[in-house]
Amino acid sequence: MKKINTNLFLTILFSIICIFHMYPVMMILFNSFKKESAISTSSVFELPTANTFNGISNYVNAIDAQGFLWSLFYSIIITLSSVTLILVCCSMCAWYISRVNSWISKLMYAMCAFSMVAPFQLVMFTLSQTADRFHIGALRFNSPYSICFIYLGFGAGLAVFMFTGFMKSIPVEMEEAAMIDGCNPFQTFFKIVFPVLRPSMISVGILETMWIWNDYLLPTLVLDIKQYKTIPMLIQYFRGSYGSVQMGPMMACVVLTIVPVIIIYLIGQKHIIKGVLSGAVKG
Amino acid sequence: MEKALRKWFPLFVLPTLCAFIIGFIIPFIEGIYLSFCEFTTVADAKFIGLSNFIFALKDWSFWRSFLLTTAFAIASTLVINILALVIALALTGKIKGTNVFRTIFFLPNLIGGIVLGYIWQILINCVLYKVGQPLLALNSQAGFIGLIILTSWQQIGYMMIIYIAGIQNIPDAVLEAAKIDGASKWETLIHVKLPMLMPSITICLFLSITNAFKLFDQNLSLTAGEPGHLTELLAMNIYSTFYSHSGLQWMGIGQAKAVIFFLIVVAIALVQLKATHSKEVQQ
Repeated sequence: MKKINTNLFLTILFSIICIFHMYPVMMILFNSFKKESAISTSSVFELPTANTFNGISNYVNAIDAQGFLWSLFYSIIITLSSVTLILVCCSMCAWYISRVNSWISKLMYAMCAFSMVAPFQLVMFTLSQTADRFHIGALRFNSPYSICFIYLGFGAGLAVFMFTGFMKSIPVEMEEAAMIDGCNPFQTFFKIVFPVLRPSMISVGILETMWIWNDYLLPTLVLDIKQYKTIPMLIQYFRGSYGSVQMGPMMACVVLTIVPVIIIYLIGQKHIIKGVLSGAVKG
Repeated sequence: MEKALRKWFPLFVLPTLCAFIIGFIIPFIEGIYLSFCEFTTVADAKFIGLSNFIFALKDWSFWRSFLLTTAFAIASTLVINILALVIALALTGKIKGTNVFRTIFFLPNLIGGIVLGYIWQILINCVLYKVGQPLLALNSQAGFIGLIILTSWQQIGYMMIIYIAGIQNIPDAVLEAAKIDGASKWETLIHVKLPMLMPSITICLFLSITNAFKLFDQNLSLTAGEPGHLTELLAMNIYSTFYSHSGLQWMGIGQAKAVIFFLIVVAIALVQLKATHSKEVQQ
């Protein structure tokens, strides 16, 4: 009987803690429904009342005037293209590294492990310069459609490292059998190895998505902020010009940014936690 | 198979290798080189020897941000890990709804640093207003504590997940043996669970220390270093040396600071490597 009581007590305690834990998000949600005049430093804690309730007009305003939809578009384009590129290229590279025993494999692996340690500040200036300067023909890297190449370079470390770790646990025999049956390495990789890699694809994909979706400094330095703003850039950009900025639409922007993340999290929770865990343990 | 695969080097490795060279290797080498130069772009760099480093080490704002970062790292690591461990221990017991609690605790981790800083700035400013204290822009103490609260809020869920995985990996037989030997709950925790959890604890400690040293987005959007650079952590200090000082010499000094910062992070990583390896030998 006493044991049931402690458990009940803990459940109630944690429920209360969780409500407080979620409060900051809730606070933004409530405020995003308030009228502009009702949002001030002193009244953030107040719930919207009949007088201050503004319906969804803050959201309409955010989408309409603040360029939220464009930012959403850029963020989605950049994240999708970069993550796809990283998953395909790095898994191929990791397969080569783990199956071919040469100095270049060893060097690549060591460099990848090393690049995970280097802080971004060390390369931020030179990387933004490289991105501006470097081009292959007319293809430049400072647009949202080609920045994925930079992300591939900078994200390769973690991805190659994790994929190589996983490759070591896949038996080589299957691949050898496929090769003997007449597959070339390209076919072997995409028909045999690629399907087996699925769990680690999901893990790496989630880690890279979390990073790129929320990344602020790299796109700020590489992209022209007047032309292209990802969501984190948009939020930081508008805060720079405080006072002139309407708080209501800003909060609506923040809610619109968080809600998709929460929905995706609730759907793919198991995978996300597994992905994060494998990243932490290996990294 | 290895031979066949070698011929496919251009397809499998080259894309990643090129991106890696452009996105990491070139900026990295240039970054190291530029720390010995005076420059405004990579093209006009002029070699000037060690003077950037001398200036960087003489810059007291750098030392201040270093001390601040160290204090921040110690405080946030303690808060995050103690709370995360306590929550993990509680949530692996037989409480109802542990999955819901875990989900909620982990959630802030998915929200980007810029958005987090924005949310907490509003929240903390309102609290400060209510208790009659100066707001964040004028209150360095509140800014520092705010940063600790923010990072704890973000990372407790993450570390909790790692601890929970560690606790679930403790074999039941060990716990039962302790029970049969008459160990109380407290004794089991101290003498059985905690020693078995040492690998997880090592991982989490180093993760939170590295995160603290590399913290940038949250710092930028919560306080932006205000008031008067007093809440500027290392990464932020490097950034503002680069982009908010005018004068030819500052770029080089910023780059020199970045190299020092890089060495600090590498030192932490090496200690971590050693710590985890010695643990593996013991087991």
